Amino acid sequence: MFQFILKRLGLAILVAFTVSFISFSLLFLAGDPAAALAGETASGEDIEALRHLYGFDRPMMVQYGDWLFSALRGDFGESYYFKLPVAGLIFDRLSITMTLGVCGIAFALLTAVPLGVAAAIRPNSLIDRVALFLSVAGQALPSFWFGLILIVVFSIKLRWLPPSGTATWQHFIMPTIVLGYYAMPAIMRLTRAGMLEVLSSDYIRTARAKGAPEMRVMFKHALRNAIIPVVSLAAVQMGFMLGGSIVVESIFALHGAGYLAWESIGRNDLPTVQALILIFAMFYIVFTFLADVLNAWLDPRMRSS
Amino acid sequence: MADKASGTLYAGFTKELENVDSYFNSSREGVVMQRALWDGLIYRDPITNEYKGNLAESWTWVDDTTLEFKLRQGVTFHNGEPFNADDVVFTVNFVADEANGVKTQRNVNWMKSAEKIDDYTVRIHLKKKFPAAIEFLSGPVSMYPNEYYAEVGPSGMGLKPVGTGPYKAVEVVPGQHFVLVKNENYHDSPKGQPSIEKVDIRTIPDVNTQIAELFSGSLDLIWQVPADQAQKLEQMGGFTVANESTMRVGYVSMDAAGRSGMDPNPFTDVRVRKAVNHAIDRQAIVDNLLKGKSQVVNTPCFPSQFGCAQDITVYDYDPAKAKALLAEAGYPDGFETDIYAYRNRDYAEALVSYLSEVGIKANLKYMQYSAIRELNMKGEVPFNFSTWGSYSINDASAMVSQFFKLGSLDDARDEQVAADLDMADTSTDPATRIEYYTKALQRITDQAYWVPLFSYNTNYVFKTDIDYTPTPDEVLRFTTMSWK
Repeated sequence: MFQFILKRLGLAILVAFTVSFISFSLLFLAGDPAAALAGETASGEDIEALRHLYGFDRPMMVQYGDWLFSALRGDFGESYYFKLPVAGLIFDRLSITMTLGVCGIAFALLTAVPLGVAAAIRPNSLIDRVALFLSVAGQALPSFWFGLILIVVFSIKLRWLPPSGTATWQHFIMPTIVLGYYAMPAIMRLTRAGMLEVLSSDYIRTARAKGAPEMRVMFKHALRNAIIPVVSLAAVQMGFMLGGSIVVESIFALHGAGYLAWESIGRNDLPTVQALILIFAMFYIVFTFLADVLNAWLDPRMRSS
Repeated sequence: MADKASGTLYAGFTKELENVDSYFNSSREGVVMQRALWDGLIYRDPITNEYKGNLAESWTWVDDTTLEFKLRQGVTFHNGEPFNADDVVFTVNFVADEANGVKTQRNVNWMKSAEKIDDYTVRIHLKKKFPAAIEFLSGPVSMYPNEYYAEVGPSGMGLKPVGTGPYKAVEVVPGQHFVLVKNENYHDSPKGQPSIEKVDIRTIPDVNTQIAELFSGSLDLIWQVPADQAQKLEQMGGFTVANESTMRVGYVSMDAAGRSGMDPNPFTDVRVRKAVNHAIDRQAIVDNLLKGKSQVVNTPCFPSQFGCAQDITVYDYDPAKAKALLAEAGYPDGFETDIYAYRNRDYAEALVSYLSEVGIKANLKYMQYSAIRELNMKGEVPFNFSTWGSYSINDASAMVSQFFKLGSLDDARDEQVAADLDMADTSTDPATRIEYYTKALQRITDQAYWVPLFSYNTNYVFKTDIDYTPTPDEVLRFTTMSWK
């Protein structure tokens, strides 16, 4: 197990470096940050001076090395747009995105797994149909539309929840539902499919034959095996939620890291974009790593592969 | 809950304001904050356009490049620091120094330095003749407290702004949330005394969410509301919907100088540029898409700006004439080109369809503003639908001189126009200025370098218990708002 973790960890670090390098090269190719920084009245010489001042005229590898060296010490530079240190800027917004992501995935898992299990126990029953309907709707509803509908119902008609902002925990309810609902269908379908497959396998028949109680068969024998792919999926979805909650953050005016990333790209704010890409990549890597470890713990066979 | 009883007015911003320090942002939201938190030496009445003393009681031109101000006495900054000549000298010397990196250099780069004569007399020295100085001093140039600013700098000022203005900032979360309270000791300023106790501003990027906040009662005022939504809100009742024009002008620029390397480049031919002018029904776009107080504009500036003549060469909507001109120029079947645009996709698409009617196949390249501008500076944009807001400066130099004086954004590169504009920009005689602006605008329209399109408008939507009359310069003024 220890060796397995070590191997995965080494791989994760390699992936992080690759991502940061590729994103740096892409941003390097994407355009001239000096022109954007200089503003509309700048002359050619002004832009040239800025390019030199910020070091954009140096070879890409040198710039990357410089950035990496500072980033490793936790110094992500200063945002071109806000003129504030990137680390502080991101830290403030990350807490909002993290809260939203954790709530979202928790909501998705807490609704999707029980629904998936229930649907697998009674295939083609009413509950299976309802679950199917919910998952189709979840895949089909664009989150901006779903978010606005929730606002209309719960904020304007019923006046139960505040429409936007982050002031209280009530502000997070609707964003959590919208974000979590998006991840729910995949998790539920996978739970259902996994459970169906496992329930028809020999060892479940054996367990039943030897007279194990149905609850024990379901949760100890079946779910534990069926959940393995769900864990991997949930980890990927979590990474996706942290980096991809832009639409939800924008509708509910949450000012999280996803929205910051989206806006920073438009503003050519390279230090912020670069730091955010690295952090989002790290999330992905950390969650995939955790999912691997969790799966290895659930299924000893995976430890050797 | 937001209402009169709470004494707090809740307002929504759409864009994240990068830095409250007015010298280090270039957004509309920044102008709104600047007018609330700080004062300039001079004030321009937004209705009558008359200049009045604000932090200065009076001013005189000592010579063509020197302005002398008698300052108002007894004014204090929000932190208690008294306002005097030292503050003016410090502010002007700081912002005029290019090394300090004021974001919009044209707002300040006409000033050379300031000099203290006595505690309440100060002189500002200009680099060269610049008659629009008074307009700039009543607009983007506001006075900062010398001791505080020297200590905290732009980033400190952005987090904890201190000015002499009608409102004080009590809370700033960069880009997201701003709370202002009434300045009880506000001097006897032509801006008037603030009436609303407290203003709470949140940034809500999605317009639909803003409207939901308005419905649920947690916002009192939103602005920059798109025409169709404003129309619906007006029909529903319960809100005041006010439409005002803004100084923003939409235009299409063409690569007349042949910088883009397009081969053959039809835009170098004046007949083609005239054909493009005749091909677009600007009035129809205004009537159907922009609506409100928008109007067709015939020259590259906003009609209320000093020197912005409108009755020059006007190109009517005449597709037949456009086709004839194209044929004459050797393009009987039209031609194909890229057209760039960064905002108002629907307007851009209307332009594309008008052009296709006369045979010009324009492929729309819809990109971010910064990306297009970068290409434009390198001269790689043959055909561009863009806009310019003039930073609310009521002088033609803020627009036409920005684009036609051989700078990197100048696609016409006409030496004669540049020379005339230089004359107009630097003369201190108003009649001479008008004469030369008119001359330059005449040549620009005769050569059809641009298609000046229309002016923009904006909609303000607020609760009916708020008394407020928006002004045509697109600046929200909390000072002139009150509860009914």
